[in-house]
Amino acid sequence: MDTQVSSQPQKVAKRKIRVATTSLSGCFGCHMSLLDIDERILQLIEVVEFDRSPITDIKHCGPCDIGLIEGSVCNSENVHVLREFRENCNVLIAFGACAVAGGLPAQRNHLDIGDALREVYCDRAGLGKQIPNDRELPLLLDKVHPINEVVRVDYFIPGCPPSGDTIWKFVTDLIAGHMPRLEHPLLKFD
Amino acid sequence: MSEIANTFTLDGQIVHFTPGQTILEAALEAGLYIPHLCFNPELKPHGSCKLCTVIVNGRSGSACTIKAMPGQEVQSSTPELDGRRRLQLQMIFVEGNHFCPGCEKSGNCKLQAVAYDLEMLNPHFPHFFPERPIDASHPDVMIDFNRCILCEQCVQTSRDVDGKNIFALAGRGMKSHLIINSPSGKLGDTDFALTDKAAHVCPVGAILEKRVGYAKPIGERIYDEKTIREQVAADAEGGL
Ligand code: SF4
Ligand code: SF4
Ligand code: FES
Repeated sequence: MDTQVSSQPQKVAKRKIRVATTSLSGCFGCHMSLLDIDERILQLIEVVEFDRSPITDIKHCGPCDIGLIEGSVCNSENVHVLREFRENCNVLIAFGACAVAGGLPAQRNHLDIGDALREVYCDRAGLGKQIPNDRELPLLLDKVHPINEVVRVDYFIPGCPPSGDTIWKFVTDLIAGHMPRLEHPLLKFD
Repeated sequence: MSEIANTFTLDGQIVHFTPGQTILEAALEAGLYIPHLCFNPELKPHGSCKLCTVIVNGRSGSACTIKAMPGQEVQSSTPELDGRRRLQLQMIFVEGNHFCPGCEKSGNCKLQAVAYDLEMLNPHFPHFFPERPIDASHPDVMIDFNRCILCEQCVQTSRDVDGKNIFALAGRGMKSHLIINSPSGKLGDTDFALTDKAAHVCPVGAILEKRVGYAKPIGERIYDEKTIREQVAADAEGGL
């Protein structure tokens, strides 16, 4: 073993912040926007490591510091995933218009779910006459919900999607231990 | 005898007013923003949205209806008042269907701009997701009732400025809604015209002109460029 005492004080490796991300009923636009932080992702990866995320392909979330949820709650699987994140993440963030307010998927909320399924799968030429009912398929909820209607949510980042700069500001505030703050022009609902 | 100056203070800043003006009118003329939604400088204030609630000499009231008086001390941007305003906005958002990413008014919308100003990050309350119709029966104007905030500006403008009386509010409390004065209830069966002033007063995306949608792209609109506070200051500079 090397017994030489370094003149440099030994740097204690700081534990990295563990982050999990997922897309429930979303379009992955928010995740694409996360990648829009571009080369800043190299800075991020110095202090952060990813748990369950489309970026890592880890299938289940372990204990994490931060969970980022894209998308609204539209089916039974979304409910399970969201609960898994809430159980495991100290800080849960609704990330993008769908997670924050229901977004595009919630635009079906004024329709009867049976009518919507029949219209899509039974009433159109060339599509057969059966609503898919494989047991592998998660059941749709009758209404789509923003995630804070299902679990407690700590922070919200609106936007469709929030811009890379918005995400960067929010996440760096949080990591630095500040109260995250979004103001013009980073705060956008569209 | 020395004259009493026609000034009051708004959050400590001195504001000059012309006798007869309300606190909100004087503030806007001075380029100072007090959040508001139902007020329109060309209409008689009716004080329904309560967003402009301020504390005047220790008592709360609507800045759009209280007359400015010499020596008033007005508080508006306090954490408590802004917190209440945020709650009011959140209630407005969940009560209708405000899907901003799909709304033609986004970026030009006063409701959205106030929400930005007050840093409203989410609608907080459970959404009602009400079922409301769209009326596209008129050749030049469409109405999306999902976004109506019942501010009554179209009602007043059509009645008092255009002399047509095309809109009204019906129902009470939770059931209040905008109705159209024609036997079918459709806008297409009225003599409403694009040239009516009422076609252009809606602060949100409920009354929209047809065939001009997205002429100005999202991201380049009024409140994309400036905050509503900056816009009010710029309007006052321009001598409005
Ligand atoms: S009216 Fe305003 S707040 Fe409502 S959806 Fe349109 S832009 Fe958003
Ligand atoms: S349609 Fe527009 S102007 Fe008329 S009451 Fe509704 S929000 Fe106000
Ligand atoms: S602007 Fe004063 S009550 Fe609406």
